[in-house]
Amino acid sequence: MFALVANQKVVRDWPCFGVVLGGSFLPRGGYTVLLFKMQFMLLFSRQGKLRLQKWYVPLSDKEKKKITRELVQTVLARKPKMCSFLEWRDLKIVYKRYASLYFCCAIEDQDNELITLEIIHRYVELLDKYFGSVCELDIIFNFEKAYFILDEFLLGGEAQETSKKNVLKAIEQADLLQENIDFQMRLFAGMVVPNMASESSGLFQN
Amino acid sequence: MSPSVPLQEMIRAIRSARTQCEERGVIQRECAAIRAQFRQADNGGRSHNLAKLLYVHMLGYPAHFGQMECVRMIASPRYSEKRVGYLGAMMLLDEKQDASLLITNSIKNDLSNSNQYIQSLALCTLACMGSAEMCRDLAPEIDRLLRASNSYIKKKAALCAVHIVRKVHDLGELFTKAARSLLTEKNHGVVHGAVVLITELCERNSETLERFRKTVPDLVQIMKGLVISGYSPDHDVAGISDPFLQVRILRLLRILGRNNEAASDAMNDLLAQVATNTDSTKTVGNAVLYETVLTVLDIKSESGLRVLAVNILGRFLLNNDRNIRYIAMTSLQKIVGTDHNAVQRHRGTIVDCLKDQDASVKRRALDLSLALVSASNIRSMMKELLSFLSSCPPELRSQTASGIFNAAERYAPSQRWHIDTILHVLTTAGGDVRDETVPNLIQLITNTSELHCYTVHKLYRALLSDISQQPLVQVACWCIGEYGDLLLRGECQETEPVQVTEDDVLDVLETVLQSHMSSPSTRGFALTATMKLSTRITENVDRIRSIVSIYGSCIDVELQQRAVEYNALFKKYDHMRAAVLERMPVIEKNSQGHINGETIKESQTVKVKPGEPQQPPNQVCDLLDLLGGSEQPLQPSPALGSTAPPMPVSTANTVGGDLLDLLGGLEPTPITPVATVTVYEKDGVTVTLSCEKQSDSGLTVTLTASNSTESDIRGFTLQAAVPKSVQLHMKAPSGDSLPARGAAKVTQMVVLNNPNKVNLKMRLRISYTSQGSAVQDTVQIDSFPGLGQ
Repeated sequence: MFALVANQKVVRDWPCFGVVLGGSFLPRGGYTVLLFKMQFMLLFSRQGKLRLQKWYVPLSDKEKKKITRELVQTVLARKPKMCSFLEWRDLKIVYKRYASLYFCCAIEDQDNELITLEIIHRYVELLDKYFGSVCELDIIFNFEKAYFILDEFLLGGEAQETSKKNVLKAIEQADLLQENIDFQMRLFAGMVVPNMASESSGLFQN
Repeated sequence: MSPSVPLQEMIRAIRSARTQCEERGVIQRECAAIRAQFRQADNGGRSHNLAKLLYVHMLGYPAHFGQMECVRMIASPRYSEKRVGYLGAMMLLDEKQDASLLITNSIKNDLSNSNQYIQSLALCTLACMGSAEMCRDLAPEIDRLLRASNSYIKKKAALCAVHIVRKVHDLGELFTKAARSLLTEKNHGVVHGAVVLITELCERNSETLERFRKTVPDLVQIMKGLVISGYSPDHDVAGISDPFLQVRILRLLRILGRNNEAASDAMNDLLAQVATNTDSTKTVGNAVLYETVLTVLDIKSESGLRVLAVNILGRFLLNNDRNIRYIAMTSLQKIVGTDHNAVQRHRGTIVDCLKDQDASVKRRALDLSLALVSASNIRSMMKELLSFLSSCPPELRSQTASGIFNAAERYAPSQRWHIDTILHVLTTAGGDVRDETVPNLIQLITNTSELHCYTVHKLYRALLSDISQQPLVQVACWCIGEYGDLLLRGECQETEPVQVTEDDVLDVLETVLQSHMSSPSTRGFALTATMKLSTRITENVDRIRSIVSIYGSCIDVELQQRAVEYNALFKKYDHMRAAVLERMPVIEKNSQGHINGETIKESQTVKVKPGEPQQPPNQVCDLLDLLGGSEQPLQPSPALGSTAPPMPVSTANTVGGDLLDLLGGLEPTPITPVATVTVYEKDGVTVTLSCEKQSDSGLTVTLTASNSTESDIRGFTLQAAVPKSVQLHMKAPSGDSLPARGAAKVTQMVVLNNPNKVNLKMRLRISYTSQGSAVQDTVQIDSFPGLGQ
């Protein structure tokens, strides 16, 4: 069992707490540290092929592969009508299947499973809006964009923007920036002849 | 944004590979091309190359050679390259890699970039994989961003600060002030980030916690605004306004209100309001309610609010959505110790969840049901638990069984019920119970003396139907051994008595002994039980002797030892047998220190006094008859040097003693002229017998065989049996073949000891092979010449 989160270990060493990991409702003496954190998110197909992996804890490649393999097997073995939550090692796994893709999050002991389901749903909505009726192929062929969208929605495992509209706007702007800068660079390099009707509008914001 | 064509082409190529081998080939080629491209100068396609490499990495192939490229790309002025570079850093570099330190400087520069999207990249990467050193280096930058930037950056900086605090706790001090001021912002993202940051700071440091208690009114205010406000299109999810922020605020309130009356009071109304007004038809509403319940139960809330919270959980239990039921049971599990009565009200629903299809729900329901068992509901709960045990998934069985045992032990309304329950568990899930169940049950049975008859009847019946469940069989054997007389008596008050004969009982025990399903320890139980019955039954003692002596040569050393010791008990210590095998006394619970059920057994095993060595166990002869007695090998026995464990020594009243037997010599006793009598004559084979007294009770018998037929006889063996109290020792015969026409004879000496001076009889079995066919014959010798009988 890998020494999972740096958090957990450090918490145990913290001198002024009488720490009980995993929290309880009634702390006995000292404080109980509650752990809420998303440790990783995996997207995989029904055949077990990984489509996206986002890790918020430092693990070696080997460990990541092992966890992925085991977890994919466990989730794929679940029957359709079963609960969306399962206990795995010392984490809680929240998963949901959308068409042919499984969205799987690992959260820590005290985290709210139901809101995690909402987070997963929000991410799917974002993908859907961005790609227009998203399907698995979109995520395969544009995997880097799926990551960019995820990084606009979650930061360090926490939701950073709770408004769907704002997330999408930010991504749009970033995309335009990418196109623009590319265009500008090509312009500089003389690869593109400027034309009076400028096809781009600078979107540098401060 | 236009798709990256080279990337998509590569993906297509990989996907069109039909076998794993082909795919590997494509990937190897692509990686080689990528590596070559990395080495070249900037050609405008760098971001595509790196993106390709990242795709290959996601498929599981090694991509470490891209690490330095990531570092280079991050330093590039182009946004497209930075974007992919940072993505690569998050995927390929983690804090354990040395290369991650190289990007610290780039991140630092990018944090101060005029373009917010570039700043955002840096913040995102730092929050995802920043190591402790990087965090220390860049913390001041983050603090600066927390104070003076736009809301887009502020919200990201707040979460970045969260990561920094998680990695390096001391830096929490740095962010406290900024966090406080962020709470007043209007932007939901910023407030959300601030709340998460404050939560983290309060968790790590109790002083900070104290300081932030003052913010409770502000938080309450924000929360109220969210709950009461009208429809806000930006943040609405199914009628709930910004549920993510609500959940976060509730969580922070929980931490602030814990162990603090004042803070808990301040949030009381709000919590009541949220609990009652939140729409619970969709998951999102239930998520907020759930967080509310968790908060209420953790702070010092007033009792009315607590009841409200438990009722919400009760409502969750009735929800159609399995997820909600699961959540409810998890929460109820946590409070079942403190709010036991409140949870008891929902016992019926919980017990119903035992029948749910989902294994996770079942597990939760089991935990909760076991926690809810009490003296008042033990009977009904046990019925449910037992029916659950018969249908539950295998991974839950041992937990259920131990839970049932614990509950039965604590709340059993009567001894009989207790025994019945345990027996029920053993019959349904005997394979999954822990080892100490057997001694515990035996102890329980011993102590319930009034139910001995009942228990043994039940166990006998159970044994008749099924001998595969080892713990059950062990206990049953033990009971039959102890209380077999009650079984045979044929009367019982508590239950329908069985009409069995001694043979039936012994049959059952023998079946257990011989069954391939019985484990070695079970067979040990059965053997000892058989032995114990020898003092409890009257007629079939010989059968017991024979069973016991058969196992004297069993391959299993443990069984062999037992059998030999019991044999000794029969032979040498017969006078002690009744005392040794009498009823067990009440077993003290403290003597449990053993896990193995065997230990109770061992205390009953006969400890034969270490004395002189006894004759070792020998090849089993099946010439065992009503006269009893064990046989000796007729072949020159290697038995003395065999695998037999060191045997207790027999007394010197065996004629001769082993040493002399080994040497095969005879004692030089005066030999009186002996008479010879023919005892067997058939088909040309003649056996004659002569005997001479050696001592008051000792007698040596010499058997001589000869063959007057035309063909040789091979494999000629003699086996002898004598009455019970007579000891017999057959010496090695002179040979085993009788040549034709009496050319040679075979002689064999038999030493008898008749201490009780019983009427000496001997039954002799003759076996040989003549002309390819085996012949066997038996003859009884009733009178011995020279004995004056």
